[in-house]
Amino acid sequence: MRGIISAGGYVPFRRLQRAEIAKTFGSGGGKGTRSVASYDEDTTTMGVEAARLALRSAPSGATPDTLWFATATPAYLDKNNASTLHAALRLDTDVSAFDFGGALRSGIGALRAALDGANSVLIVTSDLRGGLPTSGDESASGDGAGALLVGDDSNGAVIAEYLGAASATEEFLERWRTPGSTRSRVWEERFGEVKYGPLVEQAWNAALKAAELSADQVARVIVTGMNARAARAVSARLGTAKEALVDDRSATVGNSGSAHAALLLADTLESAQPGQVIGLVVLADGADVLLFRTTDAIASYAPARTVAAQIDGAADLPYGKFLSWRGEARLEPPRRPEPDRISASVSGRTEEWKYAFVGSRDRGSGELHMPPARISRVGDAVDDMQPAPMADVQGTIALLTIDRIAYSPSPPVAFAVVDWDGGGRLPVELTDVDAATLQMGDRVEMTFRKLFTSDEIHNYFWKARPVRGT
Amino acid sequence: MGSHGIKDRVAIVGMGCTNFGEQWNKGTDDLLVDAAEATFASAGITKDDVDAYWLGTAMSGMSGMALARPLQLHDKPVTHVENFCATASEALRNAAYSVASGAYDVAMAIGVEKVKDSGYQGLVGAAKTPTDGTGRTLTAAAMFAMCSPGYGKKYGLDDAQMREVLARIAWKNHYNGARNPRAQFRKEVSMETICNAPLMAGGLGVYDCSGVADGSAAAIIVRAEDAHRYTDKPIYVKALSLVAGNCSGNADPDYDYTTFPEIAATGRDAYAQAGITNPREQLAMAEVHDCFTPAELLIYEDLQFADRGTAWKEVLDGTFDLGGALPVNPDGGLKSFGHPVGASGLRMVFEAWLQLRGEAPAERTIAHADRGLALTHNLGGYPGEMVSFVSVVGNELG
Repeated sequence: MRGIISAGGYVPFRRLQRAEIAKTFGSGGGKGTRSVASYDEDTTTMGVEAARLALRSAPSGATPDTLWFATATPAYLDKNNASTLHAALRLDTDVSAFDFGGALRSGIGALRAALDGANSVLIVTSDLRGGLPTSGDESASGDGAGALLVGDDSNGAVIAEYLGAASATEEFLERWRTPGSTRSRVWEERFGEVKYGPLVEQAWNAALKAAELSADQVARVIVTGMNARAARAVSARLGTAKEALVDDRSATVGNSGSAHAALLLADTLESAQPGQVIGLVVLADGADVLLFRTTDAIASYAPARTVAAQIDGAADLPYGKFLSWRGEARLEPPRRPEPDRISASVSGRTEEWKYAFVGSRDRGSGELHMPPARISRVGDAVDDMQPAPMADVQGTIALLTIDRIAYSPSPPVAFAVVDWDGGGRLPVELTDVDAATLQMGDRVEMTFRKLFTSDEIHNYFWKARPVRGT
Repeated sequence: MGSHGIKDRVAIVGMGCTNFGEQWNKGTDDLLVDAAEATFASAGITKDDVDAYWLGTAMSGMSGMALARPLQLHDKPVTHVENFCATASEALRNAAYSVASGAYDVAMAIGVEKVKDSGYQGLVGAAKTPTDGTGRTLTAAAMFAMCSPGYGKKYGLDDAQMREVLARIAWKNHYNGARNPRAQFRKEVSMETICNAPLMAGGLGVYDCSGVADGSAAAIIVRAEDAHRYTDKPIYVKALSLVAGNCSGNADPDYDYTTFPEIAATGRDAYAQAGITNPREQLAMAEVHDCFTPAELLIYEDLQFADRGTAWKEVLDGTFDLGGALPVNPDGGLKSFGHPVGASGLRMVFEAWLQLRGEAPAERTIAHADRGLALTHNLGGYPGEMVSFVSVVGNELG
């Protein structure tokens, strides 16, 4: 049996109240909220968070043979972003890692290719969506990531069996963006609605027929596409029960583009029962339909952190901050020198520390060293250390400080001296926090973030954030 | 610590110190020339009489040529030293050891920093080593800010009490600095102004932080037996102690930010070298590194000026005021002078030089100058990871 072994959806901590847009500009916005990636997040870091959740939700020992990363808003071109995820997840060097980039359709394409293929594949999709202030894209879209571990039962118990897929492809100009542009342009929405209808119908019927299913046997159906009007229209014509249609999280998260299919599939699996047929319908320059049936294994499936919990555990972001984080409003920078670019060769030497947050532990004294050291602080043993992976270790804030003068893309900086569970201490920068609510004794966990960008080099490292939504 | 010390083997026979402040019209070379010429004049010598030079600067130049060129030194050995904010003290220490060793008869230690050419407020760091970008980006202010809640929690002071104690330290240093023509900030500042100042980091306001400044200071060192050939009032070196920390504090869950172990170690070492058993009663004065007010509070306890957990009371009682039992920072400290990184350590010694020779102006004369011993303390770095230096100097042999 081939299918999905585990899933992880990542929704950033911040929300924009769409009503704030019209209050500021007199137009735009709408009801509900959209998710907002923090200033220190990009598609790579969000992808890492989703992938970490998927791997933590997988049966112990389940690891991928390859990692495929798909996004329409890559942090780098030319450079393989999947390699950064590979490093952050501390995968073995013989695990391959590939980017599927550019188009909104790349996310569902990577997932289908993995399901139709062999081996264990970690699919990671991530997207950061926006548009000009007051645009429909600004309010209706969202940021997020979805990761799915695909494989056979031999790789780990499959929780959703892959029943087959069908696609329909046609060239038409409905939504487009050239490299370097931060806004998408769209043709009249009604045109897309007319084009998508027959394509979805063709793919849907073909997929059902191949799986020997009828529409009324589909218990949950996910329909997603950036053209919301088209997605709504086709949803009503699939022949499934009304209650089968999955909440597409448009009222809280917004549409996370190339990541949204995997995000919604993770969300759906987190509340699914054994034996349910799940249909996934994606509208992106064509139509793709994937069918799954949940297995008995899903009854004991324990997601590391659900999408629902992340939707509940959010905090609002003022619209002005949103605009500055997205580069739509340029604020006076802190009067401190901007950081220098990082060194490629130093980062190469310290890959385990920088990307995977691995310290070292002295074998004799047990003393933890972060960053890793050769000579122990306690006992002075030389070169007698073992790796100490700390990315998934939680800690407690021993001391706190708010730095109003340090350089940050979004000051002030909150810093905490963290005592790790199991021993050891490190001062670390905090993120996803409102400084006023922090206290000594708060529990924190690590998250992979982008500290700054200099000379077009993104400086990735780890920060701490309060433990939420477990 | 394995130091033997060089008590009474070398003496300072000349010193100079520029005004500290925003010297927009003076560059590094000007500051060096001004401090060096004043120091040569003080000792009654010329540059050719000096056998070897030690130049301390952390961010204003590289190599001994940064001094040899502006002073036009001919065939002289010049060593550039750097040890964070203790750089000038390091220059003094090495110059003193060179004379004590017998290698040279006359040496100069000179420290300089030209900070105000960066275009930014505050310090902007020294030479940049390529990194992997994972280093802590926290400012010194934020690091030292963590000492305040740590101390308050340990000794039962609430936020308001800690605020008053720290403000009282800043108030004292500004009171002293108002009486020093070389200081950058020469105004008394009220407790109310200090307490209500804008926050910089944690609970620290503007007046809890030392400013930055340009400046230079220098000293001439000779063998003790030669000292009276240059001056009737030499200042003898009693102790020089330095510790470069292993940066373990920030990794040690037992470290509570209420002490600086490196400072305590240099204090013990210096007192042993100088033969001091009761610093509070034997020292006439101390200049300590008041980069941030919590630093000065903890230093009192680390250098045994006050028992653990009691320094805050002593601060409020005025123990460390100009007329108190042990005046600390009678020249106004970093708070009044600002902090030209490579010069501050020698600026501290300059105050000891003035006070122990009876040359400080009447309005900031200390109460117990007759004790004849002064301490300078200079640190570089942060809580948990610092370089600490302590010197003891005295106006009599023995």
